[in-house]
Amino acid sequence: MRHGKYPFVIGFLIPPVVLYLVFVIGPYLQAFYISMTDWRGLSPEVRLVGLDNFARVFQDEMFWKALRNHGQLLLTVPLLTIAIALLFAFLLNVAGGSTGNATRGLRGSTIYKIVFFFPQVLSIAVLGVLFQLVYRPDEGGLLNGLLGKAGIAPVGFLTDPDLALWSIIAVMVWSHVGFYLVLFSAGMAAIPKELYEAAAIDGAGRARTFFSVTLPLLRNHVQTGWIYLGIGVLDYFVLIKVLSVDEGGPDGATTVLGMQVWKSAFTNYNFGYASALGVVLFFIVMTFAMVTMRFTSNREETEF
Amino acid sequence: MVSMSEVRPRAALPERAARKQVSVYMRLAHVGLAFWALIVIVPLVFVFLGSFKNNTEIFGSPLSLPGELRLDNWVRAWQTAHVGRYLLNTVIVVTGGVTLTMLLGSMAAYVLARYTFPGNRAVYYLFVAGMTFPMFLALVPLFFVVRNLGLLGTHTGLVLAYAAYSLPFTVFFLTAFFKTLPTGVAEAALIDGCSHVRIFFQIMLPMAKPGLVSLTIFNVIGQANQYLLPLALLPGDAEDKFVLTQGISNISVEAGYQADWGGLFAALSISIIPLLIVYVLFHRQIQSGLTAGALK
Repeated sequence: MRHGKYPFVIGFLIPPVVLYLVFVIGPYLQAFYISMTDWRGLSPEVRLVGLDNFARVFQDEMFWKALRNHGQLLLTVPLLTIAIALLFAFLLNVAGGSTGNATRGLRGSTIYKIVFFFPQVLSIAVLGVLFQLVYRPDEGGLLNGLLGKAGIAPVGFLTDPDLALWSIIAVMVWSHVGFYLVLFSAGMAAIPKELYEAAAIDGAGRARTFFSVTLPLLRNHVQTGWIYLGIGVLDYFVLIKVLSVDEGGPDGATTVLGMQVWKSAFTNYNFGYASALGVVLFFIVMTFAMVTMRFTSNREETEF
Repeated sequence: MVSMSEVRPRAALPERAARKQVSVYMRLAHVGLAFWALIVIVPLVFVFLGSFKNNTEIFGSPLSLPGELRLDNWVRAWQTAHVGRYLLNTVIVVTGGVTLTMLLGSMAAYVLARYTFPGNRAVYYLFVAGMTFPMFLALVPLFFVVRNLGLLGTHTGLVLAYAAYSLPFTVFFLTAFFKTLPTGVAEAALIDGCSHVRIFFQIMLPMAKPGLVSLTIFNVIGQANQYLLPLALLPGDAEDKFVLTQGISNISVEAGYQADWGGLFAALSISIIPLLIVYVLFHRQIQSGLTAGALK
């Protein structure tokens, strides 16, 4: 019965593993090596420079700007997205009040879900170009056109250094709310009706029901969402590349580490330095993932 | 906690007052939801209206109707700006990429889920670790790997890269899925002399269909939205190979030089509308396909 097991196992594993090693694992390992060289892609000889690139990273003003922006993104995007998504999910699923023995959602909740979720399927490049037009600094832009009608002078949503990052944060939240709404809705649908009945009998209002019944039972979903958004935000440079002025500008106001890696590698052909930046980012993502896992590892499964 | 004091007395309210309060509350909820729906819809309407306008109208009023249906914007976007070709390229690359991803991913996942052999865990964790790596760390070396294989600027190179970078999540998800399937049928088939390969293709894959469908949707959307890999692997001189994501940002830059804003709005509409149609038709599957990934 076990006849031919190993040839089969090996035959099935070799194609995916080889592809994965050549295109994914190999490049990652090489990146660590390149980060310790002064390679600029042109000369065949490569000089090992040890940790020089890393020393330069920490003296780079743009690196610190990028890090500051990562901090702001990491604090605001998950918080805003999850808060809005939770509110809407609660309104759609539970807040319809209870009739007889069942809590019901609001009328039209399916339509709302369909509309809210749509931005999630748009590609980030399309999102970037779309919001370039929305944020245009003249009356041709959607927002400034509407503001102009109200007699307000045009706002430089992407050119004002104080505003630019917030404008990009708004796009991220805009595109993600629907996804987390659907995710949290699925979780809320799994909460047994009896719990809401019990809360209603005890005289709990909507706010009380939300904070004492719904939120604790959705803990796992919220945590998953937090990790996803956190890693996503650290990885998020495509939107900034397409949307921001001057790739991360004005003057680094919206830059992130990914943007700096891209610029050093494909604009300045400074591959050693770019890889060193990438390695630093790699450790930041790993630290974030590990810290979050540690904080959430005591997730006990809720049995109904 | 604040809510307790204001909530407590409500239970004691007479039935009618409580119902009235519910309806006021419902109205507020609807206002909030409708407001967000507007925030989602208005930018899309703005783009669609703009696609029929000339520059004067575009700079006139963002949400006014166009004076006439200027289809020449669409023609220019399709022909001169090559949106049609970018769309076709995307279909080609994503079809190849997702097929390869699903084939290789399910093979690896099946073996890892159902067979015990030395090194099983090591291979599994090798794949799973890939989920947390930031992609652009690998971008520079990947560029040279693909160039050394002679695949730079080709769709083949892009298909292989798409599949390779989709494998970690696909293997992770499908391994968990294959573990949940019953073992009885496969064992019976093995006793009857059915080969391992035939069991996989004729018994296990059909049984795994729900998981495969979810993940196919997940990968189609993920790969169609991929921007970083084509940007690195299809350099500027391979413009006829460009996929839609990289094409549209290119068009956006060009539109700035040529002041062809109507064409840009039309190009953007062409890249959004097919997706919108597919989404409206399959929204249930797409929503569950994308969120299933987050819950595993």
